[in-house]
Amino acid sequence: MSGGMNLTLRIWRQDGPSDRGHLKTYEVSDISPDMSFLEMLDVLNEQLNAKGEEPIAFDSDCREGICGMCGLMISGDAHGPEKTTTCQLHMRSFKNGETITIEPWRADAFPVIKDLVVNRSAFDRIIQAGGFISVNTGSAPEANAAPVPKPKADRAFQAAECIGCGACVAACPNAAGMLFMGAKITHLGELPQGQPERWMRVVKMVAQHDAEGFGGCTNTGACTVACPKGIPQDVISTLNKDLRYAMTHHGG
Amino acid sequence: MAVTGLFFVFYVLLHMYGNLKVLAGPEAFDGYAHHLRTFGEPMLPYEGLLWIIRVLLVLSLIGHAYSAFTLWSRAGSARRTKYAALKTASSSKTMRWGGVFLLLFLTWHLIHFTIVKPAVNSGVASDTIHSSPYAMVVASFQLWWMVIFYVLALAALGLHLSHGVFSAQQTLGWTQTAAGYRRAKAIGHLVAGLVTIGFAIPPLSILFGLVK
Ligand code: HEM
Ligand code: SF4
Ligand code: FES
Repeated sequence: MSGGMNLTLRIWRQDGPSDRGHLKTYEVSDISPDMSFLEMLDVLNEQLNAKGEEPIAFDSDCREGICGMCGLMISGDAHGPEKTTTCQLHMRSFKNGETITIEPWRADAFPVIKDLVVNRSAFDRIIQAGGFISVNTGSAPEANAAPVPKPKADRAFQAAECIGCGACVAACPNAAGMLFMGAKITHLGELPQGQPERWMRVVKMVAQHDAEGFGGCTNTGACTVACPKGIPQDVISTLNKDLRYAMTHHGG
Repeated sequence: MAVTGLFFVFYVLLHMYGNLKVLAGPEAFDGYAHHLRTFGEPMLPYEGLLWIIRVLLVLSLIGHAYSAFTLWSRAGSARRTKYAALKTASSSKTMRWGGVFLLLFLTWHLIHFTIVKPAVNSGVASDTIHSSPYAMVVASFQLWWMVIFYVLALAALGLHLSHGVFSAQQTLGWTQTAAGYRRAKAIGHLVAGLVTIGFAIPPLSILFGLVK
């Protein structure tokens, strides 16, 4: 194949949670610029398999930018240089001959399982603490029964785009999970269905966030830059305000 | 962090206004310094208001620095394994090391103009410095290295405020729309610019002989 790219990859290898881990250098050649980043790693893994070496463990599921599984730190950028997920990133975003450093998300709340795979269950536990609404399941209620003003609906939809990928935590100098949490608080808080549990929700989610060992937000904005869904930093402002209101009016 | 920081901002603006009185001459400046002490009399004792502000400032400083160092150490333990390839030109580094520099500056500043008042300029006698705040300030800023040090501190303060003033509004929940967010950023830059320039005018005017 002509026009293929040759790349040097420095990839984090770690046998398991308790292994110290190290960066290992690999060469790949003849990579099509139209491949996705994960397909490029698939090519490398096939080479490793053929040589009888342990393939590189990395996460993915949908490969269409909606599940949030595939996050990688690519040369210091969460999900790489484009505003998208790693699975939707293409090799044409890199230069032929480039050296690319690939690391897992780094946060003590996201421990490494193996190589590039981290455990993001801390996010699930934050959701379990309050990021839901309690409704009876069954037949869907009549859609027009609970009117939502357009601006609130728009903001809720925007916040609901969060796919829980963890790039915000990975990019944050404090390893805080505030953009993720702010997205959930805003998504549910803007809608009528989210009101009954609104004040309890924010207090419980923040307590869980802190207990998981995430850092504290200092509003640097690195999260928004890294977020593949462009969740704006103002959702954190909403979280802060809801938290203050909950603490002062509802006794925590 | 936000509340104590905003109290500093309020104080710093007031302080800047006072400093600019240097431009109006010795009577205006020394008169202002005197007024600060007699303000509110006889309801308040001599230096009453000044001491209220001082106590609030010290409490704010303790609260602000305590929160800052707590956030700093939480950040350290939230990511014990660092990235090999780092690309965060983060405002958190500027805030933290800048904040520490401001603390060192503040220590010198208080020794310089409040507590000890050393005669740094050999051309001006210690008695003159102790009897007139105006003479004290002018004597100090005739020294180029002192002006450079103060201007560096102001640059650090400007950087700290341009993030800090935005950050405080974000913390207080005043930025919940895209427009509110942009406004908060703009206010941050505006306050930072105003404070840096406003404070830099008196020392520079003295250095270049516009104020004697
Ligand atoms: C003792 C010296 C100081 C230290 C160590 C310090 C440190 C910090 C740190 C680490 C932050 C955290 C914010 C971040 O990383 O985003 C911060 C925020 C802030 N600082 Fe300071 N600072 C100091 C003095 C000052 C002064 C003199 C002012 C005002 C003139 C000020 C105003 C602010 C404001 C308004 C914030 C934003 C609060 C918020 O994020 O809610 N600071 N400071
Ligand atoms: S806020 Fe953005 S970066 Fe953070 S988890 Fe959600 S989608 Fe990922
Ligand atoms: S694999 Fe699902 S978002 Fe990338």
